[in-house]
Amino acid sequence: MNTAVAHEADHHGPPHGLKHWLFSTNHKDIGTMYLIFALIMMFLGGASAMVIRLELFHPGIQFLEPDLYNNIVTNHAYLMIFGAVMPAAAGLANWMIPMMIGAPDMALPRMNNLSFWILPAAATMIMLSFVVPFFPGGGSQINTGWTIYPPLSLKVGPSMDFLIFGIHLLGISSVLASINIIVTIFNMRAPGMKLMQMPMFCWTWLVTAFLLILVVPVLAGGVTMLLFDRHFGTSFFDAAGGGDPVLFQHLFWFFGHLEVYILLLPSIGALAMIIPTFARKPLFGYHSLVGAMCVVGTLGMVVWAHHQYTIGMSLPAVNYFMIGTILISIPVGLMVFNFMATMWRGSMTFETPMLFAIAILIMFTFGGLTGVMLAVVPADIQYHDTMFVVAHFHYVLLPGALFGLFAAVFFWLPKWTGNMYDEKLGKLFFWINVLSFNLTFFPQHFLGLAGMPRRIIDYNVMFTEFNQISSIGAFIFGLSHLLFLYIIIKTVRGGKKATPQVWEGAKGLEWELPSPPPFHSWTVAPQFKPAD
Amino acid sequence: MKKFVMGMTAAILSLLAGVSYAEYGLNFPEPATPIARHIFDLHMLTSKIITILLIIAVAFILYSVYAHRKSRGYQADQTMHKGWFGTWSWILVPAMVLGVDLTIAGSAQKSLVDMWEAPQTRCTAESKPDDKCYDMIVKVTGHQWWWEYSYMDEGITIESRYTPKEQAGDQYLRAVDNQLVLPVGKKIRFLHTSADVNHAFWVPELGMKKDAIAGYITETWAELDRKGTFRGQCAELCGTWHARMPIVVAAVDQSEFDTWVGKKQQAMQLALAEASADKVWSKDELMAKGKETYDLKCAACHQVSGEGLPPTFPALKGSVIAKGPVAAHIHMVLNGKNVMPAWNSMNDLELAAVITYERNAWGNDTGDVVQPADIKAAR
Repeated sequence: MNTAVAHEADHHGPPHGLKHWLFSTNHKDIGTMYLIFALIMMFLGGASAMVIRLELFHPGIQFLEPDLYNNIVTNHAYLMIFGAVMPAAAGLANWMIPMMIGAPDMALPRMNNLSFWILPAAATMIMLSFVVPFFPGGGSQINTGWTIYPPLSLKVGPSMDFLIFGIHLLGISSVLASINIIVTIFNMRAPGMKLMQMPMFCWTWLVTAFLLILVVPVLAGGVTMLLFDRHFGTSFFDAAGGGDPVLFQHLFWFFGHLEVYILLLPSIGALAMIIPTFARKPLFGYHSLVGAMCVVGTLGMVVWAHHQYTIGMSLPAVNYFMIGTILISIPVGLMVFNFMATMWRGSMTFETPMLFAIAILIMFTFGGLTGVMLAVVPADIQYHDTMFVVAHFHYVLLPGALFGLFAAVFFWLPKWTGNMYDEKLGKLFFWINVLSFNLTFFPQHFLGLAGMPRRIIDYNVMFTEFNQISSIGAFIFGLSHLLFLYIIIKTVRGGKKATPQVWEGAKGLEWELPSPPPFHSWTVAPQFKPAD
Repeated sequence: MKKFVMGMTAAILSLLAGVSYAEYGLNFPEPATPIARHIFDLHMLTSKIITILLIIAVAFILYSVYAHRKSRGYQADQTMHKGWFGTWSWILVPAMVLGVDLTIAGSAQKSLVDMWEAPQTRCTAESKPDDKCYDMIVKVTGHQWWWEYSYMDEGITIESRYTPKEQAGDQYLRAVDNQLVLPVGKKIRFLHTSADVNHAFWVPELGMKKDAIAGYITETWAELDRKGTFRGQCAELCGTWHARMPIVVAAVDQSEFDTWVGKKQQAMQLALAEASADKVWSKDELMAKGKETYDLKCAACHQVSGEGLPPTFPALKGSVIAKGPVAAHIHMVLNGKNVMPAWNSMNDLELAAVITYERNAWGNDTGDVVQPADIKAAR
């Protein structure tokens, strides 16, 4: 049977048209679909962010109703985290991991198809949760933010149920994709490739996949309990029935804090491929980087309550969570150090991926350092739930996750398409993007310190100046992504032909394949020769 | 590109220079309690540490970018990761970071213990100034979207709501109708809770932020050391009008505080006497009182026009409840439903007035007059 199927595929090739994509089990196709999906979601999430900044450009309520504002804030988070960054990282994994480890495809190709095609359904649910209140009988809007804390979330109309089911679907998709990645990495490496010789990108994704499997079910459990409280008369989170609203916060942040590392690690892995390539020098501290990632994953799982210092925990508990959180700076510091040491005494050139990598190092370090400030409990009492926190996590997540993905796309786009992207436009995009990012989020630190809470639609006039600077930055930042889209489309349509190696300093199995790689690559497993 | 950058720069500079309608802050406002002062120092310390670390990191990166580039003909050092530094950096770097971590965590300990352990015993005549005891208790209850302050010893309860823009001017969203008046030099124990969803009580000058959680009580404490007006806001997303929950603390002398307490106690007694008197009120009296109370307490959701903000906040104008049986209307206001809170904390007169108003305003014209006695019977 198997040979018959293989035989048929050889003769006729993959199906054409819609079926090609709908039924595809090819890791490259699925990777492409993930990336396109993520790009669409990024534009939707970005549009919602620009609406938020438009409303905040001036004190007063100009464009939105307060509930609609909160709804957009909620939607922005879900679209960006679950719609853009996680699928984009999964897309990179799909494309690159089999090529990097010398595997013909992912280990479980049909499950791969399923884990992608759940996503559009999940995205539909999430967008319905946004749209439903506009219809008669649709109930109130989701005015809770992405944290959906009860009791507030218990009072929201049916759109909250759409969101809960959307989260369930996203969770299933992520867990399936994670299982696939783990099985692929454990079983399908080229002969001779030991775990500790894998490209770093595979390592970061291996750790990420384990984290996902460990924490996503906790979120799913939490939102299911919320669903039961809403409809089936339980009171897990209602003090009147013997429950505790804070319990949900613990469940949410047990997932939520690890989620930050889930978003970061794949991009860190991409950086670990990019920096040695353009420094023309092996990665500094391969073993310590693997160790640091495992430590980040483990420590990250036991520090969640630093998101909730103000809920009234006991002194020993806050002290533990404070010290645990501060200690995360050790593995993260080691990662940053290793990247700096990889650049040190290299022979660097500065193509777009490398420019992004250097900017990420600086901005992510800054975001991480404000994270240390936030970990200190007495000071966090002042920062908590202010714009300072908003600035902090955008400094972590945009450089750490999103810019890493941009760098990765520029790095691997020639490999995927066989065409070089326009370097001039790439650099132009880099400068506009990074400068306007800083213009958007740096002033928000001051807003927070001066006393502006987050998630408010209207603010006192004393916060006007920095909000206006931030909004102007946000408009430039948002629009700059149209240039990104243009560069991608232009590269897909044509351009200077790329060599198999693409970059002068590139090393690894994926660069031995032609650019673009054939539909089925590594049908014969390559012999892996470890670099020293 | 160059033109674009210059244009943007000019726009931003003109914004910075031209807009001068309010003082803007770059850092925490000046603290008003010893704990807030410790927090401020801690914040400045960590800020300095991270600035230094960032400068060091950026300096290394920029030097490397400048010196170790291919265009300068620099040859990559292919064996660097195998030298002694490559072998031992995995322990050297964490050891250095650990040192910084311990410095930061250590310097936080004193203020953490200080602020976290709210006093549990009342101060007596023998208490020394440094003793962990309290002189008074204020219970702070968060409501959607106002604050209720109960002075437990003085027997006063005040309701604090945001002041509309016309009256608040530049302090809009940082001004309230009834301020939280507190005496300087007294150790005040705060109990926080919520009547509905989560809120968070935050006044930067007092160095405290605590979540208010329905069904649970959280604690903080403060000892004000200077007079002044300190402004904060609700810091936990609490639904539609989260932005309209300012907190204003008026820190005053003990004598001023005592005078204020006396006045409030008197006013409360008068209101109570009025409400519980067996008086039959005229419709006009109830309508006037009802409008006052409605605009203050009900209009945030149901709007002054009675048209509400559907679907979350239904209209009262022409509504089934407001035009239907009186008993059902009273029941709804007393007990609440879904998002609608139970308003049983209002006195009989206020409730009678509000319900009368709702049944006759905006063309509802039922002609019904609800008396305080009716409410008393329905409770």
